[in-house]
Amino acid sequence: MSGSRARPWLVALGALAAGFGVLALGLAIAGYDAGLALGALWRGAFGSWYAITSATLVRAVPLVVLGLGLALAFRAGALNIGAEGQFYAGAIAATWIGAQVGGWPGGLAIGTVWIGAAIAGALWIVVPVVLRLRFGVLEVISTLLLTFVAEALVSYAVTGPLQEQSRIYPQSDPIALAARLPMLPGSRLHLGLALALALAVLLWLLFTRTAWGFRLLAAGLSPRAAEVSGRIPVRRMLGVALLWSGALAGLGGGLEITGVTYALFQNLSPGYGFTAIAVALLARLHPLGVVAAGVLFGALEAGAQGMQREAGVPAVAVYVIEAVIILVVLLTDAVARQAGERQAAAVAAASEEPA
Amino acid sequence: MSELTLILGGFLAAAVRISTPLLYAATGELLVERSGVINLGVEGAMLAGALAAALGAGLGGPWIGVLAAVLAGGAVAAVFAAVALGARADQIITGTAVTLGAIGLTGAVYRSAYGAGGPGLSLPMFAPVPIPGLAGLPVVGPALFAQPVLTYLAWLLVPAVWWFLFRSWWGLALRATGESAEAARASGVPVRRVRVTAALVAGGLAGLGGATLVLAQVGTFAEKMTAGRGFLAIAVVVLGRWHPGGVLLASLLFGAATALQYAFQAMGLGVPYQIFLMLPYLLALAALTVRIHGWRAPAGLGKRLS
Repeated sequence: MSGSRARPWLVALGALAAGFGVLALGLAIAGYDAGLALGALWRGAFGSWYAITSATLVRAVPLVVLGLGLALAFRAGALNIGAEGQFYAGAIAATWIGAQVGGWPGGLAIGTVWIGAAIAGALWIVVPVVLRLRFGVLEVISTLLLTFVAEALVSYAVTGPLQEQSRIYPQSDPIALAARLPMLPGSRLHLGLALALALAVLLWLLFTRTAWGFRLLAAGLSPRAAEVSGRIPVRRMLGVALLWSGALAGLGGGLEITGVTYALFQNLSPGYGFTAIAVALLARLHPLGVVAAGVLFGALEAGAQGMQREAGVPAVAVYVIEAVIILVVLLTDAVARQAGERQAAAVAAASEEPA
Repeated sequence: MSELTLILGGFLAAAVRISTPLLYAATGELLVERSGVINLGVEGAMLAGALAAALGAGLGGPWIGVLAAVLAGGAVAAVFAAVALGARADQIITGTAVTLGAIGLTGAVYRSAYGAGGPGLSLPMFAPVPIPGLAGLPVVGPALFAQPVLTYLAWLLVPAVWWFLFRSWWGLALRATGESAEAARASGVPVRRVRVTAALVAGGLAGLGGATLVLAQVGTFAEKMTAGRGFLAIAVVVLGRWHPGGVLLASLLFGAATALQYAFQAMGLGVPYQIFLMLPYLLALAALTVRIHGWRAPAGLGKRLS
């Protein structure tokens, strides 16, 4: 997935253009005013300071944090596609811990909730890790299955142990004031953005400046070669990568609770765990690219709301753009890989010929 | 009739009803996985089938709805096949993207076609067709033999797929492709054509599952109405150990687990219903760890063709 020879920026831009092209075409066919709709999309995402901070960037935070975790896992060749479930595990933990830390100093309360959420996310992926390493069960299937379990668990939590005291709505009571993140004045943008950016830089340094980052990539690109000639403990790398990706997804859930909703309810996530797959992929698993792609997808989801308000275009239409972007990136990668294989085959054939 | 038989009969009928869309989608996924491909686009194909069924049935009656659903599911699968099999891109991510796109497209088309109100109750549905004699049996009669025609078709599909997989040359070619594409190609099997065909048929079956959901169960379309049933179908295939009979049993088990919550509610027992929502997925996870000789995933599952 990460071994493309095509220029990443060019591919990303091309994919983006294709996505918007398909959207504009679809809008025109369906009889909408495509110009008005795309204008509304832009205004909803970047039209004002409030739109940028409180709509786009607030949505970008969980996408970046989850996307970073997935980039880490995908680099190791571990396909965690259950980030949505780990996000919910983190959100449940954050809600519970957030209710206990009432009298604590702010920094300590927030830190405790974040760590608790990350641990919960990591715990949620322990079973898939064990199943993969012990029984060879594909993590693709196990992480996906556990996503549905997590959603049912949220449903249970908000109608049972974590339900609000008044027991009217299926939601939790808000977390303690001490555990709520400070916000940028005049907006809904919370401290989580700073954490997301710091994590991106940290992972970037880890991937590019440390031997561990290189071993991770080697383990993902060619497990056999890494094990045999590189003496890299591939299985352990895989397990560790999955655990960290679970922790980051759990942290994403914790950030959503401490920074945005302050309470737990069903459908807290509009599919962040799945969109984050597109984010990681579009970023070519590069941490700083994840920030750019996360902001882009945050903008798309924010703009979609504006498009629905102003032009009557269903907000779900942006999923089509997201899908087209992923498919174009995949296609470009595949074509580049095949060209590389043909070249390699030609070189091999030429070198076998007698001189 | 005593209260218990009423509850039991209702439970069985609900289990069968809930299992039918799963059975279609899972049988399709079984075929595609046996050819060595894992297709997460099955959720998207099912959703597209559900919307097409609603649109088609509104225009020309339930059978037109079924036809439209099969075509829509096949079209979604064609996108998957083009990217994952044609261009040999990553199957998992392609499938995820295809599902994402189908969610967006169906949502947008649905809102454009029906507005916010939805298609209402005017949708023509498949009525239950009691089988003379059998439908009169106590408890199991109404549950098993007074079902819509799509349920009977799904049951007939099981032996048909079994025969195809284990008694026909093309079934052998399909299984060989799934075990080792290189070896199959060496013995003259057109590997890519087998996989593409399996993917398209699976898409059609997933669409049929979506049609069953709309035209034989719910009676209307709603956004994201498949709610993960396509992903559940993948779990059904795992639990059914990649075998048509196993898939039938597994989908009935999943249907029963879901129906159990209604039965428990009817009996007024204070067990949280979410336990029953989790049960099928936990069962599938547990089933993955159990090794039974000869009952395992195709060896080449998810691998790219070279």
